[in-house]
Amino acid sequence: MSIPVGWQVDIGLEIHAQLSTQSKIFSGASTAFGEAPNSQACAIDLGMPGVLPRVNAAVYEKAVRFGLGVTGTINSESRFDRKNYFYPDLPKGYQITQMDEPIVVGGHIQITGKDQSEKVVRITRAHLEEDAGKSIHDFKPSFTGIDLNRAGTPLLEIVSEPDLKSADEAVAYAKAIHQLLTYLDVCDGNMAEGSLRFDANVSVRPVDAQDLGVRSEIKNLNSFRFLEQAINHEVQRQVDALTRGETLTQDTRLFDPDRLETRAMRSKETATDYRYFPEPDLLPVKISDAFINDIKDNMPELPGPRSVRFQSEFGLSLADAQLLAGDRGLGDFFEQVAMITGNGRSAANWVRGDLLGKLNEQNLNISESPVSPDQMGALIGLIDDDIISGKTAKTVFAALWAGETTQPAEYVKAQGLEQVSDAGAIEPLIETLLAEHPKQAEDLRAGKDKLMGFFVGKVMQATGGKANPQQVNAMIRQKLSP
Amino acid sequence: MNLRSATIAELRAFLDRGDISAVELTDYYLDRIDRFDKSLNTYITRTADTARASAIAADKVIAQGKATSLTGIPIAEKDLFCIEGTRTTAGSKMLANFKAPYTATVSTKLANAGAITLGKTNMDEFAMGSSNENSYFGPVRNPWDLNRVPGGSSGGSAAAVAAGLCAASTGTDTGGSIRQPAALCGLTGLKPTYGRISRWGMIAFASSLDQAGPMTRSAEDAAIMLEHMAGHDPQDSTALAEPVPAYTSALNNDIKGLRIGVCQAFFDTDLDAEVAAKTREALRVLESLGAKLIDIALPHMAYSLGAYYVIAPAECSANLARFDGIRYGYRCENPEDLQDLYTRSRGEGFGQEVKKRILVGTFALSAGYYDAFYGRAQRVRRLIKQDFVEAFNQVDVIVGPTTPTPAFGIGAKAESGVDMYLQDIFTISASLAGVPAMSIPAGLVADLPIGLQLIGNYLDEATLLNLAHQFQQATDWHTLIAPEAP
Repeated sequence: MSIPVGWQVDIGLEIHAQLSTQSKIFSGASTAFGEAPNSQACAIDLGMPGVLPRVNAAVYEKAVRFGLGVTGTINSESRFDRKNYFYPDLPKGYQITQMDEPIVVGGHIQITGKDQSEKVVRITRAHLEEDAGKSIHDFKPSFTGIDLNRAGTPLLEIVSEPDLKSADEAVAYAKAIHQLLTYLDVCDGNMAEGSLRFDANVSVRPVDAQDLGVRSEIKNLNSFRFLEQAINHEVQRQVDALTRGETLTQDTRLFDPDRLETRAMRSKETATDYRYFPEPDLLPVKISDAFINDIKDNMPELPGPRSVRFQSEFGLSLADAQLLAGDRGLGDFFEQVAMITGNGRSAANWVRGDLLGKLNEQNLNISESPVSPDQMGALIGLIDDDIISGKTAKTVFAALWAGETTQPAEYVKAQGLEQVSDAGAIEPLIETLLAEHPKQAEDLRAGKDKLMGFFVGKVMQATGGKANPQQVNAMIRQKLSP
Repeated sequence: MNLRSATIAELRAFLDRGDISAVELTDYYLDRIDRFDKSLNTYITRTADTARASAIAADKVIAQGKATSLTGIPIAEKDLFCIEGTRTTAGSKMLANFKAPYTATVSTKLANAGAITLGKTNMDEFAMGSSNENSYFGPVRNPWDLNRVPGGSSGGSAAAVAAGLCAASTGTDTGGSIRQPAALCGLTGLKPTYGRISRWGMIAFASSLDQAGPMTRSAEDAAIMLEHMAGHDPQDSTALAEPVPAYTSALNNDIKGLRIGVCQAFFDTDLDAEVAAKTREALRVLESLGAKLIDIALPHMAYSLGAYYVIAPAECSANLARFDGIRYGYRCENPEDLQDLYTRSRGEGFGQEVKKRILVGTFALSAGYYDAFYGRAQRVRRLIKQDFVEAFNQVDVIVGPTTPTPAFGIGAKAESGVDMYLQDIFTISASLAGVPAMSIPAGLVADLPIGLQLIGNYLDEATLLNLAHQFQQATDWHTLIAPEAP
């Protein structure tokens, strides 16, 4: 959807990313998804009297890694605060979050638009907080169920500046953050399990207006598609209202994906007063330079620079480089194959072609690939050494995938799949064929090159595909030359 | 063998010599509780069965010669410490039937040391009060005069020790809740440095001020208890990691030359004339033991009550939000909807004083008022801390009265909140600063005990206990016994 003529749009996103830790942010309870309700909530998560939070140190490392990934500033001292409100799935009656002194301040990330245009989006801050539980309203009439398994799950809330000018840009930004988070192993990025959720602050203004318009915050969007739809519908709603001469009021809205509309949840006037104050049960968070430097030294190469390097080092196309560098595991796999074979293009073709095709077909992650980089490298090596043809290689790959073999070279030998490169063995075959098809041989000699395929095909057929087609080609030309 | 007045140290000797067994000693106290607690109301819950079982185990340990200083010593726990399998009420209707599935670190440590828990003591609801009149389980009576209050909020813990219904007890102190009842019941009560004792499993009132501590018959007993209660706890981020000194080994150090700060401000307020006289008399005793009295100023002390009654309610307004009738605790009958469930569960489950403080705290944190109240109170708190830091550059201990008056009558201050709050005027500043402070008996005024407050530097409980022990070697106020209850 395009932006209505005469208007411009300003969007800022708040992204809640679930940190991929084994246990919760303030307790030792497991964060595993999909368990029986309330089976993963300990006394701390339940907000029992007399219990105290203690910070899971793993969250600091992940937050710092993200901060470094967006070239933000890591605060040497940050602080937890209490955000007070009553809700049945908020066991303590307050959420522990970071209000005034977040762990990460500032930063930026580059996004690529649909038209390949590039843009830098500024990040305001990123702070640590705990998730609430879940209210289940539909399991029994007149009852609400509470599942506190999610209560205390660690979140990093990433807040952007209102730099995004369209739903497309917002989605591109959300995807860039998603990619970075998964690349850095900060978040598993599993949208279906709610590992990433978006709040969009949307406002519109006439193209010539200096100041931002009145904004609405659309809460809790859990997919890129809903993010796009919600923003587009909200933009249209605001433009329509202003065109009718109405005045907008700042509010919080929910997106209804079935009816494709946003609905007001509460206005600024009725907004909750969260009565933030410093969390007295936790000491200030101190992050040392040594801690930051240690993480810095172990940061992986990020997708952007890696894609550039893949192009220059391995001669990949932009599209191949972006695809392979876009996923950390896939990039690592490709790079190992490329190193083993010394043939980056073949490695790229095989990884993004046959391997990725199979993985996608069976809905597997690269880390679950039954074919290892070593095996893939060995397979490509057999082609490059002219031991097997590309066609045979597909057979060998299928055998590797199916687990029929783990050693491509041994498999080729055992199955007798080597190419016949012995000129002495092929020469009589060619001579017989030329003799049996004198008309075609004459036409080929006269320059009807299409007939080369006919003869090569016949030789391949006769050798069960084991002849080297290039070699056969050369030998036929030699035979026919005067 | 006078059990009625025996200290932990004396009981230790009796038990180790075999003059009495832990089982017999436990039965002695359980019998006294049966006889006298109807009129005193010090215990909310008695744990006779587990106490006897612990006593049997303690006797075996003693027979093996492996007793700690607390093995077989019967104590009482303030009903703010969660103990698995025993109900923990915090003196509230809200938790009248609450059983925690975990045990407070303090209680675990004391149990591991072999102490025997006789039961859970009465207290002001959620530790809010200075008279123990704010308990859902009824007021506690002062053994020295049954028509008077024992102080609060650790009133049950204080009265139980004073009446000989346990050898010692645990208390908690947020603004004076150990020291004031210790003073009013003639006991030694210690509030250690904030963070010296873990708060895990201790139901929170005001997290940045709450601190557990012992209530005992002597400074030596307080040292014994503290050695077992103190220490780092990974379950409490605010618990200090510093090693726990052997307090009992430092009791007999010479206090000659010890610099004692005397702050005139303690005497300028509405201090009862006789209490003032007794306090000065105690100072002269310390001087006679070789201590040097030095005048000091605590310029911001006058603002401590105001700062406290913003910070503590603000924290309590959040800490008590979890009591919402949803997961545990009191829930109103037949709620119409969520709002009704919240409103009535909290309205019916909390007492007046608790509700008042939640309201005050909620207001103090509200948008537009935060800076004027909470922000300003925190600035005052920093100034008060600074006062103490500067004072302890000049002196080793600050000494003054614990309370303005001896125990007052039940109901006498119930009408006026401010009069009640003034009970803590001398104790609150040490709480705000987080420094250790204790109250020790300093004599009788109109046949009622009064307390002398000793305030020490951060983590310097050893000097406080040493000074208190030396004072108790030179005086016998701490050996006075309350008359037997009817």
